[in-house]
Amino acid sequence: MQGSTADTAQNTLATASHTDAGHHGDHPDHRIFGLYMFLVAEAMIFLGLFAAYLTFRSVAQVWPPQGTPELELLLPTVNTVILVSSSFVMNRGNKAIRNNDVKGLRTWFAITAAMGLVFLLGQGYEYFTNEFGLTDNLFTSTFYVLTGFHGLHVTFGLGLILVVLGRSLKQGRYTSESHFGPEAAELYWHFVDIVWIVLFAILYLL
Amino acid sequence: MTSTSVEPKTSPPNPEPERHWKDFFGFSTDHKVIGIQYFVTSFFFYLVAGLMATSIRIELATPNPDFLGAENYNGVLTLHGTMMIFLWIVPTGAAFANYLIPLMIGAKDMAFPVLNGLAFWLVPPGGVLLLTSLILNQPPVAGWTSYPPLSLISGEVGEMMWILSVLLLGTSSILGGINFVTTIFKMRIKDMSLYDMPLFCWSMLATSLLILVSTPVLAGALILLSFDLIAGTAFFNPTGGGDPIVYQHMFWFYSHPAVYIMILPVFGLISDILPVHARKPIFGYKAIAYSSIAIAFLGNIVWAHHMFTSGTPGWLRVFFMAATMIIAVPTGIKVFSWVATVWGGKLRLNSAMLFAIGFVSMFLIGGLSGVMVASVPFDIHVHDTYFIVAHFHYVLFGGSVFGIFAGIYHWFPKMVGRMMNETWGKIHFVLTFIGFNLAFFPMHILGLQGMPRRVVQYDPAFTTLNQVCTVGSLILAVSTLPFLVNAAWSWFKGPIAGANPWNALTLEWQTSSPPIIENFEEEPVLWSGPYDYGVDREQDDDKSVSELLAEVKAQM
Repeated sequence: MQGSTADTAQNTLATASHTDAGHHGDHPDHRIFGLYMFLVAEAMIFLGLFAAYLTFRSVAQVWPPQGTPELELLLPTVNTVILVSSSFVMNRGNKAIRNNDVKGLRTWFAITAAMGLVFLLGQGYEYFTNEFGLTDNLFTSTFYVLTGFHGLHVTFGLGLILVVLGRSLKQGRYTSESHFGPEAAELYWHFVDIVWIVLFAILYLL
Repeated sequence: MTSTSVEPKTSPPNPEPERHWKDFFGFSTDHKVIGIQYFVTSFFFYLVAGLMATSIRIELATPNPDFLGAENYNGVLTLHGTMMIFLWIVPTGAAFANYLIPLMIGAKDMAFPVLNGLAFWLVPPGGVLLLTSLILNQPPVAGWTSYPPLSLISGEVGEMMWILSVLLLGTSSILGGINFVTTIFKMRIKDMSLYDMPLFCWSMLATSLLILVSTPVLAGALILLSFDLIAGTAFFNPTGGGDPIVYQHMFWFYSHPAVYIMILPVFGLISDILPVHARKPIFGYKAIAYSSIAIAFLGNIVWAHHMFTSGTPGWLRVFFMAATMIIAVPTGIKVFSWVATVWGGKLRLNSAMLFAIGFVSMFLIGGLSGVMVASVPFDIHVHDTYFIVAHFHYVLFGGSVFGIFAGIYHWFPKMVGRMMNETWGKIHFVLTFIGFNLAFFPMHILGLQGMPRRVVQYDPAFTTLNQVCTVGSLILAVSTLPFLVNAAWSWFKGPIAGANPWNALTLEWQTSSPPIIENFEEEPVLWSGPYDYGVDREQDDDKSVSELLAEVKAQM
């Protein structure tokens, strides 16, 4: 991701625009724009995988294939609630930093990270207690690959949150003027969240 | 028409090299260095894949397998296709885009310079993986499409290396796409609107959007395929209840748009080269710009025309047939605009222009046979025959490669600061043109007569035409030599080019050749539209560009 270099880039850009006024102008919003483009690409991977799953499903005569145990719904539902609410928690963190409330940013982001971790642990527990394996049939294979691929994204998003937290704590980054890091992490986290809602709907509920 | 041409503003020439040659061998964040890294790397793979093509043709000079042998043939065939597409044509599009876009829009660099360097450095490992599989004597053998179940039962090692390589190259092109779109939207100089951009920027915008939408789906397919290969799942394995057709859908959802990812950048290059050497404004600027976007959109919804014989239901085939044929409309708009641009111009028939004209005419043949195979009944007849091979080589070699060479001859003076030798350039063009047509035209006939593609052994009745193809391919192979000698010699010894050897109007020619590290001494000024040749701005200061263009057109 752009995270690590982007902030330096912005600092350079900021200084450059002071010393070198008028030359090529600076474009403060281009990193968010680039992030949106990245998310388009990410969304397309998931769309492709979802489309594959739905095709498998619509072509198959019996679905789920015979011998697939019933999916446990309670844990994933709780997990969904946790993940979705974490998005709102995180949003408060970003609102805080816009008002220059550094402490608020740290608190809300720490809570978000904890919630993300709970989600991942819940998913791990689900994997552990499931009565079916990766290679049992077409449904179980897609189940593990889709949720696993999403879990990988949650892990990555968690990493982003922790990087933001770490930078805020150690280097005192992020003010009401400069807060690309938290903003990017939040966008990514919302994205992972939305993907999960779709995934949950078509895999567990449909 | 009037011959008054405005003298472009030129910066003082800057022949002193600012860079050390070592800069080109490490991680760089300068888009110009990265562009040249892309050029040289992808050209290397062009040579390797070209040698593979030659050995395929030598094998096919006789009906029986006696040169490569049946086993090696499949590996060489797979690697030839994979490398030409993923390691030559696609990265070369990125090479031009990296080098030219920031210069054309007056920016100092790309929007994300570090990401840019990263995107390039994913390419060499991708190529090395493929070459390693060959050295280990376990190349992938399932063809560049890697269809399951065939790809699941051939060698696992080679297939996994193929998947990893394509994933790396795909990631590289996605990262590049993000960068190009952001750069084009956010980094233009203040007074440049989207409609003041050179058409190459428009075509790269369309290309990048295509990359962002379609390449990830291929990644999805390859993730599933690799689970099938190594984890024992059966997504695409019919014996385990899976569905190989789903792979075909996902694969072509990327790989059909991929042909536009390959050809659209070249459309842009040609739209920029023709007006310069015809000394005329481009005809139909907006039509060309919008048709790129239209092609990108249509290119994304026609993938199943590769699957007319895969059990696709009839009503769906009709949809895909119609949608595919409609692509001929925006493409035709481009071709007509190019012809109208050249029409009545004062042509400079140098190497760049020859390749550009060669591109338009050869691509036209490929486009026409494309309309033919778009129609379901005809496609069923020629499916998996040499007609298809002829069609896509006319599009990809006659289109992309001719266009790429036109671009190299045109922008070499900008990149290197020295001119290329015209005589050698023309020899290169003539040999390429003859070799290309000799090698690929007979394949149309072979295909109509029913010779299947991808086979190492064929009916002796097809021998004569196959030998013609082989001779053509040998000429094509030899044609690369004058180019290599020319490029290498001109790089060090060619005459100094100066800032603007072609008297072109786009911004990249307003800085020194090669450009300084931050591209422009000061922010460049848009003193004319990109293609206002023969339009005298000084006298008509209060007229708009479109009024001036209308005047020029009226005078023709």
